[in-house]
Formats: sequence, C-alpha cells, structure tokens
Amino acid sequence: MSTLRLEVNGQDHILENVPDDMPLLWVLRDRLGLVGTRYGCGIAECGACTVHLGGSPVRACQVPARAAAGQPVTTIEGLAQPDGTLHPLQQAWIDHDVAQCGYCQSGQLMSAAALLARHQAPSDADIDAAMAGNLCRCGTYLRIRRAIHDAAGRRQAIET
Amino acid sequence: MSAPGVDRHRGTRSLQTIAQAVLTPPERCPGLAVARLDRRGFLQLTGLAGGGLMLAFSLRPAGAATDPAGATADRDTLAPSAYLRISTAGILIHATQPECGQGVKTAMPMIIAEELDAAWSDVEVRQSWISEADFGRQFAGGSTGIPRVWLPMRRAGAVARAMLLAAAAERWGVAVEECTTANSHVLHASSGRRAAYIALAEAAAHLPVPDPDHIPLKSREAFRLLGTRITGVDNTALVTGQPLFGSDQQLPDMLHAAYVKCPAIGGRVRSANLDVIRALPGIESAFILEGNGDLTELKPGIAILGRETWAVMQAREALEVEWDETGAARDDWAETRAQALRLAEAAGAERLAAHGDTAKALAEAATTVEALYSYAFVAHAQLEPQTCTAWYHADEGRMELWAPTQTPQRAVSNVAGLLGLDEAAITLHQLRMGGGFGRRLVNDPVCEAAAIAYRVGRPVKLQWTREDDMRHDYLRAGGFHALKGAVDPEGRAVAWQNHFITFTADGRTPVFGGHLQPTEDLGHLIANFRLERTQLPWLSPCGFWRAPGASVFAFALQGFLHELSTAAGRDHLEFLLEILGEPRWLEPDNTWALHTGRAADVLKLAAAQAGWGRPLPEGHALGLAFYFSHAAHVAQVAEVSVEDGQRIRVHEVTVACDVGQIVNLSGAENQSEGSVIDGLSAMAGQQLTHEQGRVRESNFDRYPLLRMPQAPRVRTHFIQSDWAPTGLGEPVLPPVAPAVCNAVYTACGRRIRHLPISQDGFTLV
Ligand code: FES
Ligand code: FES
Repeated sequence: MSTLRLEVNGQDHILENVPDDMPLLWVLRDRLGLVGTRYGCGIAECGACTVHLGGSPVRACQVPARAAAGQPVTTIEGLAQPDGTLHPLQQAWIDHDVAQCGYCQSGQLMSAAALLARHQAPSDADIDAAMAGNLCRCGTYLRIRRAIHDAAGRRQAIET
Repeated sequence: MSAPGVDRHRGTRSLQTIAQAVLTPPERCPGLAVARLDRRGFLQLTGLAGGGLMLAFSLRPAGAATDPAGATADRDTLAPSAYLRISTAGILIHATQPECGQGVKTAMPMIIAEELDAAWSDVEVRQSWISEADFGRQFAGGSTGIPRVWLPMRRAGAVARAMLLAAAAERWGVAVEECTTANSHVLHASSGRRAAYIALAEAAAHLPVPDPDHIPLKSREAFRLLGTRITGVDNTALVTGQPLFGSDQQLPDMLHAAYVKCPAIGGRVRSANLDVIRALPGIESAFILEGNGDLTELKPGIAILGRETWAVMQAREALEVEWDETGAARDDWAETRAQALRLAEAAGAERLAAHGDTAKALAEAATTVEALYSYAFVAHAQLEPQTCTAWYHADEGRMELWAPTQTPQRAVSNVAGLLGLDEAAITLHQLRMGGGFGRRLVNDPVCEAAAIAYRVGRPVKLQWTREDDMRHDYLRAGGFHALKGAVDPEGRAVAWQNHFITFTADGRTPVFGGHLQPTEDLGHLIANFRLERTQLPWLSPCGFWRAPGASVFAFALQGFLHELSTAAGRDHLEFLLEILGEPRWLEPDNTWALHTGRAADVLKLAAAQAGWGRPLPEGHALGLAFYFSHAAHVAQVAEVSVEDGQRIRVHEVTVACDVGQIVNLSGAENQSEGSVIDGLSAMAGQQLTHEQGRVRESNFDRYPLLRMPQAPRVRTHFIQSDWAPTGLGEPVLPPVAPAVCNAVYTACGRRIRHLPISQDGFTLV
C-alpha cells in the first residue's frame, strides 16, 4: 500500500492506500470515477483499457498505478480540448458513425490518437499496425480505418 | 431461492420462453408494406402540463375486436408502444427498445420523425423507461425490432403531423389542404405563413385524434430521412467516454461484487474458506448463495463483496472452494466429437423429413458426393463482460436494477420470481449494452446481482471477469452434418441427404441452435430429399448466438451445394439459380418465408457487383453463398487468395441483401460490415473445447477475435424495395463462412469442412 500522486487529464490527485499491484485501470474507474476507460480482458489482449501514459498508448489493465505516478495520464475523458472542442478523431468517429455497441471505442480512439501524434498521414499499413491490439467484437474496423484517414486529412488541412 | 440442485427442464423451459418471445416474428408476416404486419394502432392524447401534445400510441393485434370503451380483455390491447412528445420545449422521441449496437436507438425514432416531417436536428431522443403497460414489449432479439414497430411508428408520426396541420389551418383560417409541412414547420405557401410545430403543439393537443388506421402514409419516394445515413444518437457521448454502459454505473456507498460459480455447469458449493476471504483487505463480506435450480437464473455460487473491483479480484485468487459436482456437466468435446464422427457413418436416429426416394436416387446416380461437415461450440465474447448493478431498498421493499439486458421485462419477472417480490416493486433502468449477440437475452447476471443486493441492502455492482464470461456462457451449439448428394448426367441436383447430429440436454428436445427445420435446408428443393437427426447428450447450456442455427447451417449446407455443383462441372451461380427455380414464396401465405425470386435477385446482384466470372489476379478466386434467415435474403461473394495452401487472405466480400426498405443506411451498412467481420472471426479460430465439463478457453489469448489487419474490404448493396423493413442485426453473418470456404476451394483445391478452420491448419491473414 502506498500514497500516490497521479496526474490525470491535467488534474492532480492524491490517492491513499493504493495496493502496490493495483492496475491503473481500476484506480481510474473505481477511485476517480473515470469509467470511460473500459475493462474487456484484463490480460492486454483487447485494448479496451487503452490510455496515454506520458503520451504513449498503454494498457491500463497491465500498468500498476504506482508505475504511472510522475507521468501525465490521458484518458478518453481528456481527449477533447478543455473547452470541449473535440479531437479531430472524435469528430471523425461521429461523422463516420463508427460505433456499434461502442464499448471498445474509447480504447480505439486512444490508440488512434497516439498514432496520429506520431504520423501525420498514416498509411493503411501504419493504421493496421497501430490498431491491431484493439479488438472490436462488433467489427467496426473498416470505419475506424476510414475515420483515422479522414481525421489525419482534416488536421493536415488545418495545419497547412 | 430454495430448491438446491439443478432442474434442467426448468432451465430449458426458461430458454424456450425466451425463444418464443424472441425468435417468433411478431406477426409472422411482416412482408408487404401495407399488409400482414398491419397491427392496428390507436392513440391516446394527453395534454401536457404547460401546454403541448403528447401522443401515446398502442399496439393491437390485427383482427382484435375494437372496444370503443377501451375495455378490451387483452392486456396487449391498451399497451402504448412509444411516446412522441411535442411541446414548447421541443420534440422528444422515446427510444423504447434496448440498444446493444444494432442501432435501434437511432433507427426507431427516425421512423417517427420521417412521417412527422420533423427535421432530425430538432429531435431529441431519450431511452425510455421499462414498462410493458406504457410501451408494450421491449426487447432486442431475433432481428425483430424494426419490423415490430414499422407501421405503428409511422402512423404515430403521421397522426401527429395531421394534427399539427389542422391546428395551423385553424389558426390561419385556411383550408388544411392548402398547408404543407417540412422541417418541423407547417407552411401555407400562398400567404407565405409558417409556424413551428413546437408553437402549434398546444393548439393541436385540443383537436380530435384522426384514426391512425386510415391516416395516409408517405410513399417511399417522399422519404427524406429514411434510407439516408444518420449518425447514432449516442455517438458524442460514446466518443467522449460518458458513462453509458452497464459496467459504468456508480452509486453512493456502492459495493463491488464477484460471483464465483463451479467451472462445471451445475456444480454446487460444498465448502469454501469464507473466513479467510472476509479478513482480506478491502473485503466487506462473502457468502454462499444456493441457486434456484434454474440455469438461466441463479446458479449456486459464492458472492465476494468489496470496496473496489481490484480488492474483489484479488480475493478471488485466495478463494478455495470444494465443489459438489454431483449432477454437474461432464461434457468433453474430444470424446463427443469422436462419437459423432462414428455415428455420422450410420443412419440417423430419427427422420425429420423426406420426399422422393433418396436411397434409390443416390444408388443410381451418375455422380455422387459425400462429405462430413462440423462446427465447434463457441462463446459470445461480447466485449463488455456481464455486469449488473442492483440496490435493494429494504425499508421500502423495492428493488432497483441498472441492467444491460436484451430482455428487460423478462429480467424484471426473473427477479420477481427469484426473490418473491412483486413486479411492481422492481424498477429496471435499461442501459446500453457493450454487445449482445444473443447472450444478454438470458438474465443470469441480473438475477445474481439482485440476489446479492437483496442480502446486503446496499448498492452492489456485479462485474464478471472475462473468464467468468467465457466459462458461463450459453453456447452456440456445435454440430455435424453427414451429407450425401447426387447429380444427374445433365449436371442437375437430384438427391440430397443430411444426417444432422446435434445435442440434447433433457434427452428429448434439441438444445438451442439444434433446431434444423427441413425448410431451412435448401436441399428440400431437390426431388429426392431426406433429413435425419441424431442427438447426443450435452449438459452445458446452449443459447442464442447471432443468427442462431443459420450461422452454422449455412456453412455446411452452402459448402456442400458447392461440392455438388463442382462435381457436376457447373457454374455455381447457375447451379444455385436452377435449384431455386421459378419465383415463388416457399410457404404460401407466409411472407416471412423464403421467396425464390428475391433469393435469385440477391444472388445475381452479388455476382454482378463482384464481377463473377471476370479474370482475376493470379492465385485469387471467388466464392459464392446464399442464405435466408430472419426474413432476409442475403448473398455474398468472397474474393480470396491462399498462400502455402493454408494462409488465407480475404480481399473483399461483396454483400447483396434484401431486407426491404432501409431505415438508416449508415446503421445498415455498419451491421453488414460487422456481420462479415464477425463471421470471419468465428470461422477463423473460435472454439470452446470442454474437458470434464470445464471450458478450457477463458480469454482472448486462446479464443481469438479477428483483428484489424485481417479485415477485408466489404461492399454492401441493398435491394431497396417496397417491402416493409426487416431486421439486419443477424442475417448477413451466415453466408460469410461458406462464401470464403468455397472460394478457398476454387483457389487451391482444399475443401474446408470444419469450423473453426484453424483445426485444419488454416489461418486468416
Ligand atoms: S482490459 Fe486491458 S487490454 Fe483488455
Ligand atoms: S463497437 Fe462493439 S466492440 Fe467495438
């Protein structure tokens, strides 16, 4: 058990009595009420729990909360701008009507956002490689691909 | 909650009740746009406090007597099925059916908005409460959602529109015929006047309600919203991570619970180290529940409650249980499979249907083909593991449930029966489901959460682990088909014999998914036909898995049809069209049945769109399959290539589909793409292999779902016709596996006859 200081979506939290092996996933969901990060497998197979740790995508079910201390954590609740302006990917997800049940989509968006942060204009192969760790039982992969291309295009259009 | 042990017949009966509710189409015939699904609606008008128009409209079975006093005996008669509410606050449509990703929360309100002539951006959609009295039947299953509400919803919109028109005409002192509507407004062209619906609602509420049975409905050409692509109403909430799902519920002072059951279904708790568990950090209590003897409600198990999910998960690791497995399932897939393969060589135990003289035709035919097809048991693996939140308010004797369920009304009656509560004392809040696929037709997690909460009197969130979910599923049944067929010297199919080996839990009726109707086997269109059945014992419960039955029968039957056409040296498309014959309904008076003309049309469309017969890149081949289920006619062409005779790449799947009028084109295309990917996923590597009654696969490491790099292009073509819409959540899945496997044969000469294909060393790349 230890006391942790966690920075999540730009906010500092002091957390008491955190078991040493308690995954970040359950700290986010049960302690901070950030339930947009979801549990699907608990063994790093599905990606439903994907968040950014220091800007890189990680499986929150595998990272002990302790190991996240000292690096900024971003969850789906923090993907939009603080003023509510959606991330281009979120807008593309809406425009392309990507979701079916939607349960996997927080994780999909966080993986995609990490990809776009590295790649201005990812190819299909880049997208496949970055997204292969995120399962969608409803089978929305084709729309996810399209939405990522679209969001990348929009962002470039804004920047150039 | 007494009756320890398991009453298998009771579990079977419960599933049968669900089957009746879900798999039986509401009117059996939702075919013609203005016939058969013609449930008569009637409307109740309620003035709203503050002024406004609220229409509650109800379903009445076709032909039921109309009692002007409203005092009809049938409970269904007066049950309104949805609410449309227009006031100065806006236009609100209640989505009444559970949402599991099939898109009904968006599609159903679109139907009302279309006839109302409301601008979609003016419509607010809210999930309704659960009440049979207010809304009629509420459930998601059997692809019946849209066909059930198509006409009543259209009429509701049209009636409201007529009243708003009348109100405007009265206000302006003009003839109603001179007024029109568009974008939530009534217009009077010659004077240029225009009034918003929300400003007319109060006046409209004082007018008589026109007879919905005679209200004119729009012609298809006049649709502005239906058939277009509308993004889902929850999408903004979804992409920002809002708490929409069952597992997202948080209540003050809430406990987190696990419920640990015997890994062999039907086992009971003999003893457990509960004192050790209770003393663990973060744990509040642990106790045994006996179960109520119904495998679809409460199985025996151990509840562990703690302040956080992680504490509970950790406590489980320390749990030691001695199970009493008397009467528990001992199912063993390897043994069962070996037994089935032996039985497949002999005649079936019973004959389900026969015509002509199949034995003679097979003996005399120029060319005969024999093959054994099989498919393994599979799990649902919806991405959100089972969960439910419950709060028993002991002082008021009231139970509150937050449940992601496909059958909310049934969940209420399950819990009422289980705990001896009045149904009126139970409130169920319908939550979005992280996938359903038929798993959430059964309410065991709701019963468990309720039984646990009943004991502790505090809010409790029950969260299954992925392992719980895969080990305690209601399986898609495995099965075997020993098939024989013959073609004559002209290459026409002349004989078809199907010995179907399935499973039974009670020794009498087949498990769910083990019902093969003779009409479902296209072989029954061949002159000499015989369908036999043998049932093997299997105790682990089976249930409804997306397109029950069809999802696997299609693989065997459509694969074998291709074997026959290949043996005859025929083009597969031409061979299938010849078997279908003249355009006709296969069951007279049943427009829920297969129509050979609609079947031929989707086959031809799929073939044309995929370029059937065109020159292909080296190593590529096309495969074709057709299947009819859930009143939908679907054909698919898969383009594949095969490396090293084993590594299959599916390049593209072309889907042609006739489900009548499309409601939301975006949702429809999404269902089609998802069904193709789901079908490939199950085909590629999914199977549950039981050993001593225990499922060996318990998570995605050994039970793979398809990943993005394996997903092919999918192109969907709908034949949009005047037929009333039928459901699209399931019927695109069945033809996927046979289309791909037929293409693999054409590409490399290897015939795939067993699902998953990984058993024979095939992989999808
Ligand atoms: S829950 Fe973390 S990867 Fe599945
Ligand atoms: S949308 Fe349902 S799991 Fe991805």
